[in-house]
Amino acid sequence: MDAEISLTVDGEPRRLTVDTRTTLLDALRERLGNPSPKKGCDHGQCGACTVLLDGDRALSCLALAVAHDGAEITTADGLAVGGELHPVQQAFVDRDAFQCGYCTPGQICSAVGVLDEVRRGWPSAATPDLGAEPELSHAEVAERMSGNLCRCAAYVNIVPAVQQAGGVTA
Amino acid sequence: MPELLDPRAIGADLARRDGAAKVRGTATYAFETPVERPAFAQIVQASVPLGRITTVDTSAVDGLPGVLAVLTATTAERLASDEDRELAVLQDDEVAFRGQPVGVVVAETSELARQAADLLRFTYAERTHDSELTVDHPELYAPEKVNAGHPTDTADGDVAAAMATAHATVEQTYATAMYHNNPLEPHATTALWEPAAEVPLTLWDSTQGVHPARAAVAKVFGLDEERIRVVCPYVGGGFGSKGTPHANLVLAAMAARALPGRPVRLALTRQQMFFLAGYRTPTIQRMQLAADRTGRLQAIAIDVVEQTSRIKEFAEQTGVPTRMMYASPNRRTTHRVAPLDVPVPSWMRAPGECPGMFGPEVALDELAEALGMDPVELRIRNEPETDPDSGKPWSSRNLVACLREGAQRFGWAERPPAGHRDGDWLVGTGVASSVYPTMRQATSTATVRFEAGRYAVEIGAADLGTGAWTVLPQIAADALDVPVDDVEVRIGDTRYPTASVAGGSSGTNTWGSAIVVAADAFREKFGGAPSDGDEVSGDVDQAAKDSDHAAYAFGAQFAEVRVHADTGELRVPRLYGVFAAGRIVNPRTARSQLIGGMTMGLSMALHENSVWDPRIGQVVNHDLAEYHIAVNADVADMQAHWLDEHDPFVNVMGSKGIGEIGITGTAAAVVNAVHRATGIRVRDLPVTLDKVLAGLP
Repeated sequence: MDAEISLTVDGEPRRLTVDTRTTLLDALRERLGNPSPKKGCDHGQCGACTVLLDGDRALSCLALAVAHDGAEITTADGLAVGGELHPVQQAFVDRDAFQCGYCTPGQICSAVGVLDEVRRGWPSAATPDLGAEPELSHAEVAERMSGNLCRCAAYVNIVPAVQQAGGVTA
Repeated sequence: MPELLDPRAIGADLARRDGAAKVRGTATYAFETPVERPAFAQIVQASVPLGRITTVDTSAVDGLPGVLAVLTATTAERLASDEDRELAVLQDDEVAFRGQPVGVVVAETSELARQAADLLRFTYAERTHDSELTVDHPELYAPEKVNAGHPTDTADGDVAAAMATAHATVEQTYATAMYHNNPLEPHATTALWEPAAEVPLTLWDSTQGVHPARAAVAKVFGLDEERIRVVCPYVGGGFGSKGTPHANLVLAAMAARALPGRPVRLALTRQQMFFLAGYRTPTIQRMQLAADRTGRLQAIAIDVVEQTSRIKEFAEQTGVPTRMMYASPNRRTTHRVAPLDVPVPSWMRAPGECPGMFGPEVALDELAEALGMDPVELRIRNEPETDPDSGKPWSSRNLVACLREGAQRFGWAERPPAGHRDGDWLVGTGVASSVYPTMRQATSTATVRFEAGRYAVEIGAADLGTGAWTVLPQIAADALDVPVDDVEVRIGDTRYPTASVAGGSSGTNTWGSAIVVAADAFREKFGGAPSDGDEVSGDVDQAAKDSDHAAYAFGAQFAEVRVHADTGELRVPRLYGVFAAGRIVNPRTARSQLIGGMTMGLSMALHENSVWDPRIGQVVNHDLAEYHIAVNADVADMQAHWLDEHDPFVNVMGSKGIGEIGITGTAAAVVNAVHRATGIRVRDLPVTLDKVLAGLP
């Protein structure tokens, strides 16, 4: 069964027809030709498909497109406004926080989400004092970024990249 | 002896040239290749572990709108070669292992392809299968050779006699698990068959080598290589699993050939990767060590038992590092392989050295304990003057320097005593050596051309994230004596000159050597002021080759482990590696490769384990929720350092290869640290808390 939906993707309004079984990830990749979110597992286990969905980080492979009619989606590509890299993206380049690059757009979107969550004071399992404002410590960033697998294992570089983008000098 | 290139761009800390495209996600991987009206293919897998297909029922799919093709053994084209039985898919009704492809469906959308794949019905005549590796498997045999052409067995002197008379001995059996490479990008292809075109078959494939992939496909389909183009600008990780083509590439080409003019996309699902993309065999390693009072080895032996698939032999060279790491008058190494009804094992990062530096490096720790000797000192004491395997002198060997530098950086001398307790945590430290041979492949050609004031270098090389896009220009710049920004390198396409596979940590050594030959020839022919269009090619076989020395990179890894005294939870707060790997071409990308290898080694130590159920003949934890790999929070203070090593023998860059050495020895260092912390010696990987819990003090 098909359905027609509207999405705003990286600032651009799009109308498209999707199978009601189409995931948000496949809608972006296969129907709209946006390769930025990646398919690593299609089961919400690796984080490569992470996008910002109405501002929050979300696994687009676990979302059905038809359930997000009208949603605003930002992919890693959309973070580079006018072609200029977002501070998180620049930090990833500076710190060599990737190798093959396949998990990277998801890591970037996740990191943007993390910085926002910390700014809003959301605690994590690694937050030592739930009553205090969380800080961008190594443990805090590593914990919050652990839903994004990186088989090249750039973790040692991802943490300082996120800290750098968050204004912390590691 | 070749004179090394004068390093100017080589050694520079340059950011990746493909960095911006990768952080935006605009770098296109195989499945994402922009094509008109792609169709989508889905593989159907056998649901029995051994047997014969008796019926194929496609009636539920026939006439389903949007289904474009259904290929099974009944309908698929006959391949020109079925010599490689992993690649000879859909050719007969035999099922050799559970999960083997029995069909492929092509449809207008991926949703429909998945639905149709589920609707195909197969019945089977199942036979009793055997998929369980045991140390005394009745069918164990000695392969003719082990991977990379190494002899299966070696023997020097009399190990048994030395074991009988030595001051101290260790005799233990160690085991490594089955591992799956699991690159984040699943194996994928976009395939296009245009029968009337000059090059009718185009394969945008995720591969570690476009030319080797093309050669394999040409053979299977009986096509001239010139009639196939393989393109791969970016690879989402491979770790060996994309080094040799697997069935998915053949199926993608078959699907495309069934739909002339229509591009077809085919990706393995993550679950299918546990059947169809290769894996590292589990290994059982029986170790014997004998030493005199001073710690000098009198004997070292490893007898390896591992598995292969009944349809295609792959014998991992696990015993190989024991042949050359340490001096000993008596030595034995053997490999025995069980042929099983299992998926085909293949390359995974550092085949041979990775599992083969586990048993021996833990056994050495046990020997140090038996001797009451520092394990760093024990290794230093057994430093061989020449290569015990070949008898040749070393091109350079700085294992001892790595051990000393690592010990100093780690604070080894001040390490806490065995069984040290810090609050609820038991703290231990461990060490192990690392090694990887320095290789250069026999074929690769590069072209240097002057274009509009810049130099274009073309070679069909692959960048798996290793940095070839960035590093090859550095080599070309120094060979041409121009700024690195004046060089553009083009890789990842069979339209460029032939390049070897990105494997065996040989990419930079091989492609770089060819580039330097081409650059030298270019300068000789055209001087310093070339004209537009001037062009010269160079082959790696024209580069000086030293065969008088044994060439290896070495390293030492130091781990600090904390084990929770009540729960057995394991943490690795520190892991330091020091490597001697020749000249480092780009410190930024090199460090990423080394920490990447070390983290994969940490992952092997603590997490990775493809759990095989011999009753049903498959990996039961076949996804990333259950096959655990290291995540960000598993890694704390991890450091990779290297020595400034000058090796004039390996190649004109002086480089040794760094993609694999980082994973070797890591798991042993962790296991040795766990022992120091808890007194518990875990000899079968991974070290999970259930293996330490019962023995905690």
